Amino acid sequence: MSVTVASEWLNACSGCEISLVDLGERLLDVLNLVEIVHMPVLLDHKYFGQTGDKKHVDIPEAEVGLISGGIRNEEHAHIAAHMRSRCKVIIALGTCATHGGIPALANSFPVSDLLERCFTTESTDENPRTFEPPVPQLLDRCSALDEHIAVDVYLPGCPPHPDQLFSALTALVQGTMPELPAKSVCDTCPTVREGKGKLTELRRFLQNPFYSSPREPLDKMPCLLEQGFLCMGPVTRAGCGGDATTPRCIAARVPCRGCYGPVRHDGNPMLDMLNALASNGIDVKSLPEFPSLLRFAGAHRLLRPSRPRKER
Amino acid sequence: MSREIHIQPITRIEGHASIQIQLNEAGDVQDARVNIMSLRGFEKFIEGKPAEEVPRIVSRICGICPWMHHLASNKAVDRCFGVTPPPAAQKLRELMQTIAHAEDKLLHFFFLAAADFVIGPDADYSVRNVIGIAKAHPELAQKVVHMRHRAKMVLEKFAGKAIHPIAGVVGGFSKPMLEEDRREILAQMRELLDFALFTLEFAKTKVFPPYMETIQSLGVIRTGFIGTVDATGALNLYDGRVRLMKPDGTFTEFDVQDYADVLGEHVEPYSYAKMPYAKVWNEGFCLDENNPRGIYRANTLARINVADRIATPRAQAELEEFREKFGRPAQATLLYHWARLIEEVYACEHAIELLEDPEICDPQVRAEVEPRAGRGVGSVEAPRGTLIHDYSTDENGLITRANLIVGTTHNIAPMNLSVKQAARSLIHQGVVDQGLLNRVEMAVRAYDP
Repeated sequence: MSVTVASEWLNACSGCEISLVDLGERLLDVLNLVEIVHMPVLLDHKYFGQTGDKKHVDIPEAEVGLISGGIRNEEHAHIAAHMRSRCKVIIALGTCATHGGIPALANSFPVSDLLERCFTTESTDENPRTFEPPVPQLLDRCSALDEHIAVDVYLPGCPPHPDQLFSALTALVQGTMPELPAKSVCDTCPTVREGKGKLTELRRFLQNPFYSSPREPLDKMPCLLEQGFLCMGPVTRAGCGGDATTPRCIAARVPCRGCYGPVRHDGNPMLDMLNALASNGIDVKSLPEFPSLLRFAGAHRLLRPSRPRKER
Repeated sequence: MSREIHIQPITRIEGHASIQIQLNEAGDVQDARVNIMSLRGFEKFIEGKPAEEVPRIVSRICGICPWMHHLASNKAVDRCFGVTPPPAAQKLRELMQTIAHAEDKLLHFFFLAAADFVIGPDADYSVRNVIGIAKAHPELAQKVVHMRHRAKMVLEKFAGKAIHPIAGVVGGFSKPMLEEDRREILAQMRELLDFALFTLEFAKTKVFPPYMETIQSLGVIRTGFIGTVDATGALNLYDGRVRLMKPDGTFTEFDVQDYADVLGEHVEPYSYAKMPYAKVWNEGFCLDENNPRGIYRANTLARINVADRIATPRAQAELEEFREKFGRPAQATLLYHWARLIEEVYACEHAIELLEDPEICDPQVRAEVEPRAGRGVGSVEAPRGTLIHDYSTDENGLITRANLIVGTTHNIAPMNLSVKQAARSLIHQGVVDQGLLNRVEMAVRAYDP
């Protein structure tokens, strides 16, 4: 018995879809269990019919609707609403769809600034910076999916690990809801933590962390946060390592930057991290800037343009 | 009666685009355009970020080629901070990029493009895709999926994340390679080379021959080309000078730091993507297919056109055969697929060369870095073309200004010309069907956008 699947990518980079392809041999098993009715990356189904003669967007009905990417323009909002009306279960795939992801860093700036910058670089010709249909108008900010439509399942990750995609898809095919890890990256990190340290300031990631030899396993390396590097592990949902569990950035001896979004779905990683740092006696002024603490979670109005200064 | 055909979205490509075709009263093509539908604003929102963090942010420009953005960005930040990574780190970065190229080309050929040839351009959309290939040729599909996945897992196992990488760091690389890593990856890449040679042979004998006439007539335009070469004029994906070739085959070279003197970006109201053109030719920008001006192309076909040779033996033999058949520069758009598979062979051979160099295991992989004010341009050859990241930093090493020219955008103007050429030669008296419109899309898909 196969499950019908429709898939769309909105304000996304296609990393989530590539992660799906990275199921490897399991991809062929999945393709045997699902019937894909719409998926622009792999399938030629068109919004307005195969010869473009329909007047309205028409995506076939499906049991599962997979949507990656947040909502940045009018077309995204329209497609998301249409997918909602055609699919029984909507899955927000990846951190852009669940929390805005990297593109929501743009929410620190008004749209006019984005357009101004992109179309006035030193290599760009003079131009009026206005766009006409079918190019969609930008909305005032980049939103997570659930700011526009109801979402049934959240699968964060930038991108979600193929192992997690496989278990989630298998669960849906079997008619059950996938479950997310409820732990933090710290809870699954093998490095050595000694508790409250003497640390008072954070260091920028301008040198590699200390470990005594490249052969030394990760469970002998001191915690990167306790080494003074900003590591978002305490406030980030676990799962990036897939079945192997070890967080992937830590495996490369690089600190976590929070790509799985907050541990609690509606958490605020900036506040949580500032609290964690302050309660450990670390001077938060040692951070070069704050919006990066919301690097993956700037939707839901958590990141906003700073108010223009009043003229005196 | 005049009307408009709207192919939306263009499928089996990366990203959001559509094609508008305008027909006149007689039902012939008056004009055709490619619309790029999305804008995210990376050039703006990396402002104010610590520069050393940016290589981990800009990888999200593209989930298919995140290594390319990651590495071009790392190179740009190295320059801003005035640091030179140790040799082993340079080799590790280049190795990761080379393996990512090898993986990407298999993805593009089999998952995105091949269905038009293997299943056929007129087949119904429901079977004209990788799932259709998997049903019609299960053994081949198994092998493709397996080989591509292996390459991808080499990246994940060694460098942490394969998609949106983190192992390139300002001043070098995040960890050294151990001898056992080297041996394991070397064995994998030797196996991948065998598969690359099989794929090219398969394509040359089974996939392309029934379509040779289509290949030499669909979406054909006459343009210049751009790509990176080393000091001897050989193809180089990671570093070197950028060579800009005119349609007649003559060329000049420039240092990528000077890109703004050579390239301009044109804006059209029907596309969020800017259209780079050869400003240095002093002929302006024009998309008239009978008189195109300033138009050059990037990506696989462009690179093997501008390079004098390829420095690895198997790929060089293939290049010679290709040139004998199609000349230099070859202009037929669908030859991008053929060129892609030659580059696939090169990427595998070059990865093996890098792995056979014992210096790649040197434990010294990161230089000391101090943030400072500066400016740096970093570039690599991404699968889709010459990728340029240009940053300026303030005295704290925070980004003050960024300008990016992304691989795909070099081909936006030529894509418009190819689509116009394809639509004009295929659509007459207003008659269209699914297969015919798919052929117009094939003229876009060749560019691997």
